[in-house]
Amino acid sequence: MFHTLGRYILLIQLSFRKPEKFKVYWAEVMREMVSIGVGSMGIISIISVFIGAVATIQVAFQLASPLVPKSTAGSIARDSTILEFSPTISALVLAGRVGSSIASQIGTMRVTEQIDALEIMGVNAPGYLIAPKILAGIVMVPMLVIYSMVLGILGGYLACAITGSIPTSDYIMGLRDGFNPLIIQVALVKALCFGFIITSICAYQGFYTSGGALEVGQSATTGVVYSCIFILFADLVVTSVML
Amino acid sequence: MIEIKDIYKTFGENEVLKGISAVFESGKNNLIIGGSGSGKTTLLKCIVGLHEPTKGDVHFDGQEFTSMTFEERVPIRKEIGMLFQNSALFDSMTVEQNIMFPLNLFTDMSQSEKQDRADFCLGRVNLKDKNKLFPAELSGGMKKRVGIARAIAMEPKYLFVDEPNSGLDPKTSIVIDELINELTQEYKITTVIVTHDMNSVMGIGDHIIFLHQGKKAWEGSNKDIAHTDNQELNDFVFASKFTQAAKEKL
Repeated sequence: MFHTLGRYILLIQLSFRKPEKFKVYWAEVMREMVSIGVGSMGIISIISVFIGAVATIQVAFQLASPLVPKSTAGSIARDSTILEFSPTISALVLAGRVGSSIASQIGTMRVTEQIDALEIMGVNAPGYLIAPKILAGIVMVPMLVIYSMVLGILGGYLACAITGSIPTSDYIMGLRDGFNPLIIQVALVKALCFGFIITSICAYQGFYTSGGALEVGQSATTGVVYSCIFILFADLVVTSVML
Repeated sequence: MIEIKDIYKTFGENEVLKGISAVFESGKNNLIIGGSGSGKTTLLKCIVGLHEPTKGDVHFDGQEFTSMTFEERVPIRKEIGMLFQNSALFDSMTVEQNIMFPLNLFTDMSQSEKQDRADFCLGRVNLKDKNKLFPAELSGGMKKRVGIARAIAMEPKYLFVDEPNSGLDPKTSIVIDELINELTQEYKITTVIVTHDMNSVMGIGDHIIFLHQGKKAWEGSNKDIAHTDNQELNDFVFASKFTQAAKEKL
């Protein structure tokens, strides 16, 4: 375990060595941002709307008491969407979509000697392949989480409008009631950590792939599994430290 | 000129290379031959720095390469071109982008100069019209030729070639061999080729070292190979009835 941890730290360190030509690396960062950010918007949209809707309906169901104002359901749905559902569920989905793609892309480059070709040319292969992905991850995952928060709350509104579980005016009142901006900060810190975890762990798994197609698939699976575990662990740590 | 001195390489308990020394001169096709598992590719990877030798040195024109740091190696690496067994072209880039990649990173050429250089390299391997294709759209022989074009893009002093003929038909193999030979002669490149293709050995083998069980078992040229009394080399080169018959005619 310590060997793996040491190798992971060294790889991340190597990734952030001074680039050969900043312009070429910047172009890679932009390409990765489009791939991670724009490429994931579809799945994040679908998940966020449905999770927001389901969360609102379930909270409304559990608070069906004449003693509790109906707007409370809106407040609870807002906090749980912003604090937990949007960052964590989005990150778990992104680990599957983005992480597996990173691990298999780098793994394939390893087994087809493309990484060797980079090294022969004198290119810092971890820097060229991994650093742009990590940078894109820590920028785009928080952006996707903000997007997910908006759609999650919108999903809750749509659920109220369609099912009538609580009146939409109460839902909106609940959204505004007792809002603490700290929850946004917590969600964004989580998103930043998750972005780093997904990209760096999956890149590590891909970079040290050896063998052939079978091992590339195994690396992608391992990368996604470890990313999910560390996302949940980081979720716990950030939540307990910041709240 | 490349000089390797007493190279050893061990993987765990398995000693793959056992004290190999050789000198590879410029303007010559230097071939490393041997059976499967004899250590040819491992030796090549030790020379270019993809593997660190357990013991021994590699000198590029007198500069000791093995003990250099990553940064110190970069100037020498810029003078190295390599053709990999499976070509190792970057899948996400077109043929032209593959060739321009090292130029983008290591030169201050303008876009038009890089374009001209890519066109020249592609012209050199007769693939000028394939510049916009992706590697997946090319045949095996074309990939090898693009690999050669990328390897010569930076005008290398040293060219390393790993199994250039694997997976190719005999006619295409000869085209690739002749291309490597032409480039070696024309630009006075120090070329090191790992192969077990006997057509390459007899056709372009100016200087050959034969590896057997991790040791250098024989050294000479393609002219000497037919008259050697080295048993291991004879068993390797003249393994088939066809090559035995050819030897008898020589």
